[in-house]
Amino acid sequence: MPAEPAALSRAARLWTRFIRTTAVKLSLVYLVVFAGLAVFLIGYIAYNTNALLSSQLDETIDAEIRGLAEQYEAGGLRRLTRAVDGRANVPGASLYLLTDVSGNRIAGNVGDVPANVLRAASGTPVPVPYQRFAIGEDDRPSEVTRRALVRVYVLPGGFRLLVGRDLAEQERFRTVVLEAVRVSVVVVIVLALATWVFVNHRVLKRIDGIAEASRRIMGGNLSERIPVAGSGDEFDRLAESLNAMLARIDDLMRGLKEVSDDIAHDLKTPLNRLRTRLETALRSGATADDLRGEIGATIEDCDALIRTFDALLLIARAEANATATAFSPVDLADLVADMGELYEAVAEDEGVGLTVAVERPAPVSGNRELLGRVVANLLDNALKYGRPETGAAQICLTLARRGPEAELTVADNGAGIPESDRARVMRRFVRLDSSRSAPGSGLGLSLVQAVVAMHGGRIELADAGPGLAVRLYLPLATPGPMAQSFETR
Amino acid sequence: MGAMRILLIEDDREAASYLTRGLREAGHVADHAVDGEEGLHLAREGGYDVLIVDRMLPRRDGLSVIEALRSAGDTTPVLILSALGQVDDRVTGLRAGGDDYLAKPYAFTELLARIEALARRHRPGDVETVYRVGDLELDRLAHTVMRAGRSIPLQPREFRLLEYLMKHVGQVVTRTMLLENVWDYHFDPQTNVIDVHISRLRSKIDKGFDRPLLHTVRGAGYTMRDDAR
Repeated sequence: MPAEPAALSRAARLWTRFIRTTAVKLSLVYLVVFAGLAVFLIGYIAYNTNALLSSQLDETIDAEIRGLAEQYEAGGLRRLTRAVDGRANVPGASLYLLTDVSGNRIAGNVGDVPANVLRAASGTPVPVPYQRFAIGEDDRPSEVTRRALVRVYVLPGGFRLLVGRDLAEQERFRTVVLEAVRVSVVVVIVLALATWVFVNHRVLKRIDGIAEASRRIMGGNLSERIPVAGSGDEFDRLAESLNAMLARIDDLMRGLKEVSDDIAHDLKTPLNRLRTRLETALRSGATADDLRGEIGATIEDCDALIRTFDALLLIARAEANATATAFSPVDLADLVADMGELYEAVAEDEGVGLTVAVERPAPVSGNRELLGRVVANLLDNALKYGRPETGAAQICLTLARRGPEAELTVADNGAGIPESDRARVMRRFVRLDSSRSAPGSGLGLSLVQAVVAMHGGRIELADAGPGLAVRLYLPLATPGPMAQSFETR
Repeated sequence: MGAMRILLIEDDREAASYLTRGLREAGHVADHAVDGEEGLHLAREGGYDVLIVDRMLPRRDGLSVIEALRSAGDTTPVLILSALGQVDDRVTGLRAGGDDYLAKPYAFTELLARIEALARRHRPGDVETVYRVGDLELDRLAHTVMRAGRSIPLQPREFRLLEYLMKHVGQVVTRTMLLENVWDYHFDPQTNVIDVHISRLRSKIDKGFDRPLLHTVRGAGYTMRDDAR
């Protein structure tokens, strides 16, 4: 029958899986550790208690022998015999046996002891089996063999005195200890099971929940998130960081999709215009000069397309952080001064006042080319869109150190950007209606934002009252090794 | 600018044929190799003033061609052409031994201006300390500019701008070349920032003199030239 081995191997697989779960492993570790600890503790206490009991027994026996020996010295055998009989008949008495030289019983409550015990006459007590010689309730000597700790003392005249204590008490204690071990092992096993149940249901179920959610997300639902229980424990923290990661992936994916949509829309439009222009020129059979003009215009369109394309690629690369490897020490102060100098002439030419204020030095780790482009972009924007309706246009380019950051501001006194549009203008190809007639691709601020993010900085659009202030915050490089390797350009 | 012998190593045959035609029309001698091995072989035979090397080539990568030439002690100036236009790619290209880098797609005028500048850079006359164009004189050591015996004070940047233009006298110098060589930034400014600097410089060196020396070349850039000769 093939079904049976199949079922068997399935059961074996399930068992292996069960054994391999963290809950089982944790519970097993718990079981072993705590059982070991309980056994050790109980054993340790039992050993010490036993030793204490034994030494107490020893002392009792010693005291009895000393007392009886004194009786003998004081009053000879008769007095000793009387004393022994007197002590032996008290309930719960110690064990006594007085014998003559040949080992015949003279007095005492012990019936029978192995012969060699009396002969040994050692100083130290030894455990021996014995039979109690006593009149029980049924008036018959008890025949039960019990164990006792005894000591034999040889009296002058060859008499031997055996004094001992029954070991029943200690044996009862041992039983109690063994019972305690048994109970604690059972308790530990029960607790291990409880641990398993707890770990399995509370902890591992949550991990399984995370795994389950991940599988669903991998299945294509990128907007799904891993459940957060709200208890603030490490699983919540894990879930939160995973969710942050998912949000980032989601953003990147959406960015990618946006780029392809943007390319489809915003590059196809000029391509279409270009094609129409060429087609018209071809059909119309115009003069050579006309054609030359058309071709020149077409090349200009091509150049604009190429610039847009380059900017898109650069944004994509900056966003993917692919150029981070080309970072080197850059002094933002030099860079801002360079750009200020580069644009100062064109600003003056267009009747725009450009003031540059730079706090030195402002070392950052970054890509000089891209940062230069960023500043140039912002100045381009300010020149293009930052003109006031009336009065003289004014652009302020400032660089200041703000704690661990460099603050780079390009402010104009133009119309500014309404608060509601500020987030929107950072997106690719977004151009506000007011600027639609001016040339430009709508990629400038997206590029700035991508490059700034790549440098670990942030961008802020604020009201310059009147006008727009674009503020970039870039982390300053730590001084020290940086300052030494600093290149002056 | 006299005729140059130019080797173009480019696997796109159609683009290469336009390019060689353009170079020949500009009065140069242009050879074409379609892959890295053939290009390296031709370049090793020597006699070229400038090499134009595409970065991605069949059989042997463009950068490896340049590295092979450089390690053999060949210092022929090389212009790298590449579809990879990003900052890092430029740095890698120059590090491999290229002298200039041009991202595709490019304007033919830009390419022509750059290879002419490269060939000029390679000539021994580069060490002269005084540049002269007509009656304009620039002393590179003393940092002084004179025209017709009159001293012209210039800002440091204007001086560097003029120095670069005069070094490439008779050649077309594009806006991006100026931004790269005078400001040391490698991007295409959207506004006419360079033009304004040029017109300021022009007002200082040409205004009030009998003939202009700094000319605008439509659709390409600028050139220093003394038309009187």
